[in-house]
Order: sequence, then structure tokens, then C-alpha cells
Amino acid sequence: MNWKAFLALLARDAHVARRNLGPLVLQTFLQPLLFVFIFGRVMVGSGYLPAAYKSLLLPGIMAMSMVFTGVWAVAMPLISEFQFTREIEDRLLAPIDISWVAVEKVVAGLIQAMVAGLVVIPLAWIILRPGLELHVANPLLFVCVTFLVAGFSACGGLALGCSVDQQHIGLMFSMVMTPMIFFGCTYYPWSALSHFFILQKVVLINPLVYASEGLRATLVPQFPHLSLLLVVVALTVFDCLFLIVGLRQFHKKAVS
Amino acid sequence: MDSAIRTRALCKVYNSPPPAAVGRGDGAAAGKRRFVSLKTKDAKPQITALDGIDLDVAPGQIFGLLGPNGAGKSTTVGILTTRVRPTSGTAWIGEYDVWRDQTAAKRRIGVVAQRPNLDFSLTAREILLFHGAYFGLSSQERSERANQLLDRFKLTDRADQLVRGFSGGMMQRMSIARAMMHDPQVLFLDEPSVGLDPQTRLLLWEIIREYNQKGRTILLTTHNMEEADTLCEQLAIIDHGRIIASGGPRELKASIPGGYLLRLRFAQLSSALLERLGKLPGVTEVRASGDAGADLYASRGGALIPEIVNAAAALGVELSDVHISEPSLENLFLHHTGRSLRE
Repeated sequence: MNWKAFLALLARDAHVARRNLGPLVLQTFLQPLLFVFIFGRVMVGSGYLPAAYKSLLLPGIMAMSMVFTGVWAVAMPLISEFQFTREIEDRLLAPIDISWVAVEKVVAGLIQAMVAGLVVIPLAWIILRPGLELHVANPLLFVCVTFLVAGFSACGGLALGCSVDQQHIGLMFSMVMTPMIFFGCTYYPWSALSHFFILQKVVLINPLVYASEGLRATLVPQFPHLSLLLVVVALTVFDCLFLIVGLRQFHKKAVS
Repeated sequence: MDSAIRTRALCKVYNSPPPAAVGRGDGAAAGKRRFVSLKTKDAKPQITALDGIDLDVAPGQIFGLLGPNGAGKSTTVGILTTRVRPTSGTAWIGEYDVWRDQTAAKRRIGVVAQRPNLDFSLTAREILLFHGAYFGLSSQERSERANQLLDRFKLTDRADQLVRGFSGGMMQRMSIARAMMHDPQVLFLDEPSVGLDPQTRLLLWEIIREYNQKGRTILLTTHNMEEADTLCEQLAIIDHGRIIASGGPRELKASIPGGYLLRLRFAQLSSALLERLGKLPGVTEVRASGDAGADLYASRGGALIPEIVNAAAALGVELSDVHISEPSLENLFLHHTGRSLRE
């Protein structure tokens, strides 16, 4: 393993991210903050939603922004760099196994998703307070779940980015991301689906369910949530699955 | 002495059109298409891009792969640079098997692809600096070498601009500078002078020779005879994924029977006329070409015309067009394939 090359690849991504910092920040935080403002402030403030909803909403919003950030950070550059311009070629020719070029992308996406998730909490807190009740009983567990959520979003970005062509980006967001978010227990806990028996079981194939529920379990355990053990196992399985699929797709794209 | 580049029985069959990485549909353009009749409805065409390529390039040589578009040049470079998986056969860079020891092979090569593939998110200088970093150069080495290369390739005044806005020629220069950044033992240049103006082409040739004088091996592909003739010490002429001739440019040109090629066109052509033409003094080979044309290889050029006219007149046939060309690689290609390199 050539760590020098790996770190240089990471430094390149960090450099590009720094160069695009303004748009990147807007893209990462604008949407979650608007959600938090409308649902947590406007809807709760006007009495359409109970005050407790503020606390219920935050983990879902955090999961959503992490998944968006991770997928976007990995998939979008890959889609464009594997296209006509083959911008990634120089990195594929670096003296390092090409799987590590893919892993580097995942690590870069994972870091961005972690930052997005952790920054959303204080930002949301500013908008939502007072009445936001967070109870982090076990910070280590919280970091562990956050890490697994970031991992699944970055690995998912790798799998998607290496499977989707540029002309299908719109389709990817409307067909994959949108249903995933709405059926991902982001705006409601999984237990809220108890009246929809089949749907409640079907949504369990959606990894975002475990992300939202896992963050709910570690941030606001006062609400009903899936068992943490199930969450950790499921997220680990999804992380590995997406990484394996992503690496395979990456190899297919990289070598003809 | 060990070869710098070596391939044995290298074959590549694509099951789908070759991707952009392999160049402008190289292989697909003129490669052999074989439709395999499978029972499934989506039987895929198989395209044989390489059909048993053996290459030996000595260290310190400028080696040219000459051939028309779609001959398999870019696929050969693709395999040698780890970007294409060979269907069978082996390729080595020095002592390293390119497919098995990819990282070791990549460390020793610099690659200029047919189409510029620069990192559009970076400036010209950053491209060189990061490339140097991937190859483990120290920060001082990186910045010194980047400055030298930017200067040598006349890019210093645009060094801190994003390459997105560069012209085609500038991008090409930048790609070559990047490939030289880590001072590789073997430099691959796939059609390096396509799209360059004559002045830049000369600069490029000068830089290639200069780099070669440092003892580096260079493999370049081209369909430009002049480039192959002036720059390369050894050549392999490739067509339909096979090497049809190889050797030094002079040696190759000397191998054309007679040397001169006279492309003749008559009002009509008969076998009697072909026979007569073949018996003219100095003529080594005659072939019918097209409807009423004949290609005549001979040791004389213009001096043969009166005799050709006479031979035709004796059979009551009129000579309608003549084109004489001196010994050249173009003629060599034509001799072996019956097609022009530009076709």
C-alpha cells in the first residue's frame, strides 16, 4: 500500500473541495436548514405540529444531509471524471492499486458526510431552540453510528457513481434518492409506520431507515426507535455491500 | 540487453465498443467484427482489436507504432499502460508484468493519451504538483520540476489558470509535461502531434528527442509518416491488430520492392497489359488496383513512363493517369495492405 500516493490523492480532493467551498457549503446545508426552519420552526410555532417534533426531526435531517453529502461528494465527480474527458485517468495511473483510488474517493466522501452531519446539529440547534431535547448518553456510540452512516453514504456514492451515466443523473436523484428519503424514516420514526404493516416491513431494505433510526436512538432516545444492535449490524452490512459493489463497478469503468 | 517494453502474443477482443479510454473508437473503427451467433437475442458483436502482437523495444529507443485509425495502436498502448486488460498474451515494462505488477509498472511509465485528460478542477501548475505528489516526489523537487516543465512547454504565463480554458494545443502540451513530471523510464505518447500546429509539433519533436537523449525509452503511435520517419529509430507497422512489418525506417523503406511506386490508370486494363508492364526493365511487381488501375513497384520513377505508354499503346490502351511516389512508409503500408494509411 502506497500511503504517500493515497494521501496525495486525498490532498487533491481536499484542495478541490477548498476551492469550491462556497457552493459546497450552500449545497450541503441550505436544504437541511430550510427543512428544519419550515418543519421545526414554522409548523411547530404555528401549532400544526407538537413541540416534541423538533427533537424527533433533527436526527432524520442529520441522516438526510449526511446521505446527500456523501453520495453527492463521491458520485458526482466520478460520473463526470469517467465521462468523455476521462479526468480520473491521471489518478488511475498513479503508482497505487486502482482499488485504493476508489477507496480514497470513499474516504473523502465519508469525511465530508461526517462534517455535514456534525455541523447540522449546532446549526439546527440555533434555529430550533428552545425546546430541542438532545440526550447523548453514549458519545462513542453516537460517533460510531455517525461513522457508519457516513460510510454507507460514501460507499453508496461509489456504487451509484460508477453505475450511472451522466445523462441519467436526474433519474438517479428522482428514482433512487427521493424515494429513499421519503421512505427513510427521516421525518417520522419507523414505529409511525405501524398502521402500514407491509410498508413498514418493505422500508427495511432502505439503508436510510437504519441511519435515521440509529441517530434517533443515540441523540433522542426518548422517542421510539429500532434496536441499536440491529441498526449497527444493518449499517455495517450496507457499508460492506455498497463498498464491494462500488469497487466492482469502479474496476469495470476503469479498465476496459 | 533486456527490453524496455516487451509483448508476446498480445490479443484483445472487445465484447462491447472500446470505451473512450482507448481513443476514438480505436479498434472499433476498422477492427475485425465478428458477430457471434448466440441463442440469446442480445448477441454482442466481438471486436478483435489485437490479434497477436509481439513487440521488443530496447531501452533508450524511440519506437513508433504506425498504422491507420482503428489498427490497434491505442489498444496496445492501453494494455502496456494498465488501462486495458489483455484477452490473452503478456506485456512487460522492463522486468514487470504489466497486468500482474501494475503498481511497479505504473511507477516506470508516463502516459500521454490520445485525447487530453487533464484534471479540470486544477490549474496547470497544480496538475504537475499533484502528479509529482502521487509519485512521491518531495515538495521541493515537485516545484522545481513543475517550473522547468512549464517553462520548457511555454506554459509559464498560464501556469496558475485552470486548464479548463486552455486551447487544444495547450492541453496537449500540458498532458506531455505531466507525463514527464516524474521522469519515467518509459514514455508513451498516443498520437502526440494530432491537432498541433506545425510550430508546436516541431517543439514537441525537439522535446521528445531531448527526453530520449537522457536515456529514456519512448513509444509513440502515429499515422503520420513524416513523424514516424524523422523521429523513430524503430517502427512497427500495424494493421487490423497485427504487425505487418517492423524495422528501422530506412530498412523498411528499402524493403519495398523497387522502391518507387507508380500508380497508373488506364482506359481499360487487361491481363495482357499487366503482363507486359511486369516485363518492363526495372519493374519488380505489378498489381491490379481498382477497376482499371495498376500499382507498379519499380527501381525507376519517371524514366519508366515512356515505356509504359508504349506498352499500353501496343495493346491499343490509353494511359489516363499516373502518380509517382518515391520510397516511403506510405508505399510500404500500401504494399502490405493494398490500402493507404489515410483511408
